Amino acid sequence: MRAGELLGLLGPSGSGKTTLLRIIAGLDTPDRGRILFGGDDATFLPVQQRAVGFVFQHYALFKHMSVADNIAYGLNARKRSERPPAAEIKRRVGELLDLIRLSGFADRYPSQLSGGQRQRIALARALAVEPRVLLLDEPFGALDAQVRKDLRRWLREIHDRTGQTTIFVTHDQDEALELSDRVAVLDRGRLEQVGTPDEVQENPASATVLRFLGDAIEVEAITEGGQVRVDGRPTPVVAPAGLIGPVKLFVRPWQLQLVEPATAHLTGTVRSSYRSQGRQRIEVARPDGGLLIVEDSDGERYATGREVGLRINGGYVFG
Amino acid sequence: MSDLSLTAAAPVQEDAANEGRLVRGLLIGTAVVFLALFLVLPLFTVFAQAFARGVGAYLEAFSEPDAWTAIRLTLTVAAIAVPFNLVFGVAAAWAIAKFEFTGKSLLITLIDLPFSVSPVVSGLIYVLLFGSQGLFGGWLQANGIQILFALPGIVLATVFVTFPFVARELIPLMQEQGNAEEEAALTLGATGLHTFRTVTLPNIRWGLLYSVLLCNARAMGEFGAVSVVSGHIRGLTNTIPLHVEILYNEYNFVAAFAVASLLAGLALVTLALKSLLEWRYGAELGSRARH
Repeated sequence: MRAGELLGLLGPSGSGKTTLLRIIAGLDTPDRGRILFGGDDATFLPVQQRAVGFVFQHYALFKHMSVADNIAYGLNARKRSERPPAAEIKRRVGELLDLIRLSGFADRYPSQLSGGQRQRIALARALAVEPRVLLLDEPFGALDAQVRKDLRRWLREIHDRTGQTTIFVTHDQDEALELSDRVAVLDRGRLEQVGTPDEVQENPASATVLRFLGDAIEVEAITEGGQVRVDGRPTPVVAPAGLIGPVKLFVRPWQLQLVEPATAHLTGTVRSSYRSQGRQRIEVARPDGGLLIVEDSDGERYATGREVGLRINGGYVFG
Repeated sequence: MSDLSLTAAAPVQEDAANEGRLVRGLLIGTAVVFLALFLVLPLFTVFAQAFARGVGAYLEAFSEPDAWTAIRLTLTVAAIAVPFNLVFGVAAAWAIAKFEFTGKSLLITLIDLPFSVSPVVSGLIYVLLFGSQGLFGGWLQANGIQILFALPGIVLATVFVTFPFVARELIPLMQEQGNAEEEAALTLGATGLHTFRTVTLPNIRWGLLYSVLLCNARAMGEFGAVSVVSGHIRGLTNTIPLHVEILYNEYNFVAAFAVASLLAGLALVTLALKSLLEWRYGAELGSRARH
């Protein structure tokens, strides 16, 4: 974790993302391992002294307090000697309300706000204490698709403006890839890979990472002389050094091209197809019964039942 | 034509839940008669008997010093038992709703115990413990400590009987509310006590008031357990319900019902406040949240 970065913790449900976040916050205790802030060991530091900002999936706003009191809570909770004067707290709340673009909302109550607004208040409340690290637990999970998109962009803006070191948890690959400086992929409590969105997509460290970052089909292949062959025909995929013999080739939908069956790596029959956003997605049934999805430009239409061939234009090889 | 047949058919069409006027009338009538006989009539009788010989006789019942002692004692007992159970109830509900620990289900069972044990039996338990032949009887006598047939015994019995009210109201409420707000407060740097005061307590305030109300009504009206431990010493260890019994047994009906009307009045006030709370803050009450 680097200072000032926006790190996305990505993984399927049950992979331990939220648990890790709660351990960092001090809300749960680790079975083993240590939590370091800077160079300081924070493993046994109580939650109050960790100076983290935590944003919960379901907001966890204080229902009985106004928006302004919610945001000021962390400052008001400080010991008298460390508490800023009332005027200073008021100024800071005003600043934060400006930042989250809810300036006129200071005297409202959480029940009077929409989900997106509540989550922005929750973020302002966490930022008010100037945390060392901001932790967001599926911050947009409870919101509908449009609000989620807006809030994503807005969170990125806030981050660029404040430079606040941030970790956020999500199970949505798109969200992680769009927002993060770096992505950490977790699976069953293990850290599979950490890297920039480009790195994890271009060089996934494992089949798990690859599968989790998007649709992919698995094809039996053979490596010979650094070349990966499928059904005897060479593909443009280059095998990593040291991998010889039968391997598994993972292919993304857009790395497949529909061609005449005679020159294809794979064959099948069209099961169904639909158009969306200028592309078409075609579901192809393989002879062995497996289904795969191909993406193609929205040109020629493929009728159900038609025999098609598929050429592999790229892919990822794992032993 | 089709319009006509539709309008003609509409009144005939019956709702599946519509039982017909006769059945409905019968059911409602039965309920009303039952309520009138078993709830309204007794309440009315209490006041009617109390005022049977006019307001003068009614007030005379309270000129007796024994009546005042009983009222004072009842208020004292409630003033000790209710705050005690308030503190205990909040602590128990907090522990049960917010934490996982071994023996949790045992604790829940124990909290429910006073509701399942007959009050007379709970009174007897204290006699067996603190009576002169009891477990601690000898030691207490030797040290000159009086528990039975005195205020401590009455308070103990009342506390026991009213034990579950607060905890049982708050446990479902706190469980439903979860830990998120408390956790949010902790990450913002608040101490545990500050979190409790500013987050937990405001969230349960109406449920707490509701349960205290019920707890208080029971504490003041308890008869069985208190009857066993008090010893019925006139002007000394008689609470209002015990005083009513004595007066009644002496055929002093006007006085008996006059004092009883105090308890009936308390019940009415409690009922009114309880309904007000349910109507106004229903969503924030634990016993309603379960539905």
